[in-house]
Amino acid sequence: MKRKVKIIKIDLNKCMGCRACEVACAAFHSNPKYSNVNPARSRIQVFRNELKNVFVPVKGSFYTSAECAGRPVYMVDEKLQSGYEYGLSVCSFCGATCPSRDLFKEPDSGLPIKCDMCESDPPLDEPMCVKWCLVDALTYEEREEEAEEEVKLDELDTGLESLIDTYGRDKVVDAVARLSQKTETQSK
Amino acid sequence: MRYAETGYNLEVDLSTGNIERVATDPSMTEQYLGGLGTNARIMWDRVPPETDAFSPDNLLIFSSGLLCSTPAPSANRTIITSISPQNSLFGFSMMGGYWSPELKHAGYDKIIVRGKAPDWVYLWIENDKVEIRDAKHLQGKSTYDTAEAIRVEMNEPRAQVISIGLAGENKVFFSSIETHRGSASRLGLAAIMGDKKLKAVAVHGTKDINIAKPAEFIEECNKVLEYIQYRLNNPIPGVPPILAYIGSPQEMALHDEEWHLDSFAWGHARARRKGFWNKEVEKQWSDAMESYKKRLISCYNCPIRCAGIVEVPGYPTYILKCFTKLTYVMAAEVDDLDFGFQMLSKAQHYGVDGFTAPQVMAFAIELYENGILTDSDMPGFPKDKKERFHWLLEKIVRREGIGDVLADGVYWAARKIGKGAEAFDHNTIKKHEQVPIKLGMLNPIYYIMWSTGEKINITQIEGQIPQMPMEKHIREEFVKDWIQIPTGKEERFKQFILEWGEEGKNFPFWPPPDLVAELVEWQETMHYIDDSLGICSGVSSFPIKPPYHIHNLPLFISYGTGLNIDESELWKISQRIRNLVRAHNVRRGMRREDEKPPEDHWKKRFPDYEQKLMDEYYKYRGWDLRGIPTKETLEKLDLDFVYEDFVKRGIHKEE
Repeated sequence: MKRKVKIIKIDLNKCMGCRACEVACAAFHSNPKYSNVNPARSRIQVFRNELKNVFVPVKGSFYTSAECAGRPVYMVDEKLQSGYEYGLSVCSFCGATCPSRDLFKEPDSGLPIKCDMCESDPPLDEPMCVKWCLVDALTYEEREEEAEEEVKLDELDTGLESLIDTYGRDKVVDAVARLSQKTETQSK
Repeated sequence: MRYAETGYNLEVDLSTGNIERVATDPSMTEQYLGGLGTNARIMWDRVPPETDAFSPDNLLIFSSGLLCSTPAPSANRTIITSISPQNSLFGFSMMGGYWSPELKHAGYDKIIVRGKAPDWVYLWIENDKVEIRDAKHLQGKSTYDTAEAIRVEMNEPRAQVISIGLAGENKVFFSSIETHRGSASRLGLAAIMGDKKLKAVAVHGTKDINIAKPAEFIEECNKVLEYIQYRLNNPIPGVPPILAYIGSPQEMALHDEEWHLDSFAWGHARARRKGFWNKEVEKQWSDAMESYKKRLISCYNCPIRCAGIVEVPGYPTYILKCFTKLTYVMAAEVDDLDFGFQMLSKAQHYGVDGFTAPQVMAFAIELYENGILTDSDMPGFPKDKKERFHWLLEKIVRREGIGDVLADGVYWAARKIGKGAEAFDHNTIKKHEQVPIKLGMLNPIYYIMWSTGEKINITQIEGQIPQMPMEKHIREEFVKDWIQIPTGKEERFKQFILEWGEEGKNFPFWPPPDLVAELVEWQETMHYIDDSLGICSGVSSFPIKPPYHIHNLPLFISYGTGLNIDESELWKISQRIRNLVRAHNVRRGMRREDEKPPEDHWKKRFPDYEQKLMDEYYKYRGWDLRGIPTKETLEKLDLDFVYEDFVKRGIHKEE
């Protein structure tokens, strides 16, 4: 089948780390829309080190319950960089919500967050982070692509998955049952 | 729930180690917005004129602006307030960067510091966790290295840090507070940090900031971004490139330096070097800058990229913007830009003001060349121009030998040295070094601004209008889309541009005193609004045709905070803040005699006419002939408590 693929392209030479993308993303995803701002909730994070001249926007991409082996050093701008300086501990610039760091997690609940391309009704012309990036470090592309059908996990599924990883399946099931009973009683 | 602001200040007493989170009074926001405005009120209530700069009772306030951390583009300024060690007046200095938004996300609008720590400390703030931490191991570290060391120590690379270097530690009167992307450098507030033994303030925050009317607010943000894009693509025709764009003058992007090099004075603000700028110099300087500049960067949530990351071989990396690129080169009277870039690396790491420091050094060299300072005062003083500057900087930041005298700035150093040195104190106003400009004909607008500005730096109150008459054929075009003019002044200000430069309509007797007063008031009023909102003057009060102006700023405030503030109310608030700042200085002894530019600022002066201009300006602002706000002015601005204080102190006689 054909599928529309939406892409945010990142040009590392153009990014200068102003974090407008974080502001725009956090504002757009607040509820009601634009009612609050908190870059810690942004689904795009800019790793920045001014003195080393490194600015890397990374989108929240997937949830994983395990830490990976990571890489202690990697190349940016043809220079060897240490992840430590960007708060990455021992991993590279990746968009995972994982146990080794607090990135791409809701600051209150710790639940995973990831880029949803600002899907909304009515739709935006381009995702907010792209719109607010006047220096064109972020640009938007749409294209049609052959693709296999896949089941996409929505935000609720990913959130539940991470809760199950943290607390175990039984506890989560118990809690859901208990809470639904409580709301039922309240609505009566 | 509070909107746009957090509604909490952090009170820190460094003498006792006491830390409190204190809810703020919402009516203060209505009356003074935030930033400079609320700082001025807190200082008024808590720091009487008897308190010295270096008293433990002097407060040091690190404040965000009201709109910092909202999505409003370029709202990221930090406003620092205290009593200045240099002139004992109300001292306020601002900087861009990333610190203020981080502070608000940690849950605070301001940090109010009092007392003195027994030994070096720094403040660590992570949301609700606030610690006064030992900083003995950071003593002597540079501004930038201190920030990096704290990030590593606390394992939080996202922490934003403001810090002082050696100059601030040693209470140099023109030391600067630095954050990677900005410096608060006027009026020596870093020396207050040094006096309180506060090496740095590091913040990391992950809390929300709420917006009262979200859809309306974001629409105004989008409009500002569109206008920014428009102005970046459409520089103002007919003005020098350095004034044609928005942002801080784009000196890290542009190579054409003719305007600064031709119109500003070299050495110790002595003489212009007309004709220095030629094709050959332009080529050399462009090559130098391109080889050292690694990338243009912005402050938080701003697309304009006024600053450059500068890497000079053999010197630590730093971040630079604006005219400071030239100040060391011009003061030392050397011809190559490399020297400037090298000095600036040291200066920013030690933390000194890029306007004042070079002039103090040039002043010392003048005294040496005139036999007032000798080899016995300055043993080992080099012969080479460049080496002399390096030598002087090292002495000043350590307060070693002659450096200890020079570290108090030209005004005090001249008086301490004596032997005629006072005569060389020719470029200070209110005891503070000024931008080195020596011009031909008196400019009545700038005459008033230089004299009466209490932000001490002309760049901090000028803006909106071209600095010279525009060429006739572009005037009509210029006024067509000049939407930034305040309501009711449109015809008058447009007419000013259309007529300026016509027969008989030139300096010094034109524009007439009443129009001068109005133009000065407009320029200054916009700066005082920005400093309270935390919006960068580079997109608001400083450039010609800025994206933020008196018509959309009330919308940003109203939609952001939920307050209902229109243009006339905002104007009034700005006047309230302006008059409260003046009231501070009045009760600290500032009078009309202090309000004058350097004698040789303009070659042609008109003493009687200048007094007439000043009389008219004072009258227009509602100040008496001493420059003191009248009872009527104070009451109109709800500053009755200021009037009562003035009566109590005998400044006004009770009516």
